[in-house]
Amino acid sequence: MVILKRVGVALVTLFFVTTLTFFVVRNTPGDALQEWALEIVQTYGISMEDAMKQVRAMYAYDPDEPVISQYIRYVKGLAHGDLGTSILYKTSVNKIVLQALPWTVFVLSTSLLLSFTIGALLGMAIAWKRKTLLDPIITGYAALTGATPDYITALILLIIFAINLKWFPTKGAYDPAIKPGFTWDFIKSVLYHGVLPIAAYTFENTAAWALAMKGSAVSVLGEDYIMAARARGLKERRIMTRYMGRNAMLPLVTGLAIAFGGMMGGSVLIETIFNYPGMGWFFNEAVTRRDYGLMQGLFFLTAASIILANLIADLLYSRLDPRIRLEE
Amino acid sequence: MTAASVAQPSRWQAWYTTFRILYRNKRAFAGFIILLLFLLMATVGPYLVPLDMTARYDQRYLPPSWEHPLGTDFVGRDTFALIVHGSRDVLSIAFLAALFTVAIALTVGMIAGLQGGMLDVVLMLLTNTVLTIPKFPVMLVFATIFRVKDPVSLALILSIWAWGGLARAVRSQILSLKEREFIEAARVMGLSLYHIIVRELLPNIMPYVAINFLYIMKDAITASVGLMLLGIIPFSASNWGMMLNLATKQAGAIYIPQGLYYALSPMVAIILFQLGALFFAHGLDEVLNPRLRS
Repeated sequence: MVILKRVGVALVTLFFVTTLTFFVVRNTPGDALQEWALEIVQTYGISMEDAMKQVRAMYAYDPDEPVISQYIRYVKGLAHGDLGTSILYKTSVNKIVLQALPWTVFVLSTSLLLSFTIGALLGMAIAWKRKTLLDPIITGYAALTGATPDYITALILLIIFAINLKWFPTKGAYDPAIKPGFTWDFIKSVLYHGVLPIAAYTFENTAAWALAMKGSAVSVLGEDYIMAARARGLKERRIMTRYMGRNAMLPLVTGLAIAFGGMMGGSVLIETIFNYPGMGWFFNEAVTRRDYGLMQGLFFLTAASIILANLIADLLYSRLDPRIRLEE
Repeated sequence: MTAASVAQPSRWQAWYTTFRILYRNKRAFAGFIILLLFLLMATVGPYLVPLDMTARYDQRYLPPSWEHPLGTDFVGRDTFALIVHGSRDVLSIAFLAALFTVAIALTVGMIAGLQGGMLDVVLMLLTNTVLTIPKFPVMLVFATIFRVKDPVSLALILSIWAWGGLARAVRSQILSLKEREFIEAARVMGLSLYHIIVRELLPNIMPYVAINFLYIMKDAITASVGLMLLGIIPFSASNWGMMLNLATKQAGAIYIPQGLYYALSPMVAIILFQLGALFFAHGLDEVLNPRLRS
């Protein structure tokens, strides 16, 4: 029953977002379509009217159609997994997503796992042994990353390691001279191009995970079962990892699940700075070049995945921790 | 001296105590000084440091000197003057954005908390949506659809999707406050709703709101500079975000060693301001939350 309610809330949110994007973004794609039609007139030498008809058919847009029926058609399309059409690339948004999503998922899942693992270990260490040098270092590091927007971290990494030291490339996801495929050369090139974006994300997020882990671990340390474990004379290391670590990790898992959902949209700024052809890069293209179709499609996908991730995190949390029941 | 004045310290004394607690907390004091310097820079700075926008190509990308403390940009303008004049722009946008955000959050949180019922459910659903969908993409979409031309419209775009967290917190504080005796007493005394909100409820949540005001300002600067860096809302050449945009795109200052001073100046300015805001907000938290004091 509670689960049903959660699903209901998620669906309502999704519906709300879909409706909002439809009515906000619908705001005259007319000019862009006219340009597209003009292009067709010039290349194929057909009349403007025919070209306009063709464009409207491709974009599935008819200015005379009532808004409500346009909306219903849009929602029906979404329900069938059709994210719409890009005016700029003159292809379906689905195709662009298929091309862009793997890059974003590669970079973000790698950096998410890296920052989570390193952060959780650091957090555990400073919670376990207070008053070491590590604690103020982590606090300082957290203040620094809290004050530095991720795009500035990315820019600084780009300036130092790509432009000046020339250790890493300044753009792209792989060397265009290498044919994509399951070859060692290609994998090497992909990893090489991914280093800086991954480093930027990881550097930016590790401290936050460490602090979250520390906070959670400190509260776990006061629990009776830690005392009981100590009384039983268990090894320190075992208490730290099995008793404190595992329990302290629980609340963080929810955050991790949500972060995984949030990554579908990529980061517009970081991917743009590194010219990395992921979801965020395409979103920036759509926004700066006013490709409303692409913007709408990518935005819907971002919103839908994060809503789903939130739902999963909610349900997962009560599963992982039987003490917590979903509240009414 | 009467007994009343002993029991109730004067306003000055309260300020003095606040200042002393801030002064004792070194980080908070550093944050306070940084913010004060930025405030001076944004208010009187532009009158002290004239901005000459004429292009002098023979003076482009000069290194720092007495004449140009931060060197010059790609057309020979003084970088320090650009930073100073940009600070007014950046800070006023962030201040307005925080003002709008807090206003929306207070309205939503208050209504939801006081009214309850169906209205509460709907408002919380809305708040939930705002909290779930990431801010930056929404701002990007809004920035393209509504042409941004001035600080006010930009501040509106920055605040339209930023009020969720504060609204939820205000609501839960109102929910707990409204059960307390002094509110009950005010109700029984037949005081107006306006009185209860302005005189009883607001003063109790104001400290919390003030701290959040700083955090929201900090986030607004991150977002507004980010939008400008992408080149989506170009309306002021001296804005730090615009400087970053010019440094990374058109002018390409980041690609040549001489351009580094120009490219790094706005970044350092942003990081310094953000650090100041973070430190000061932490310190304020300790002043207003005696339990946190060590």
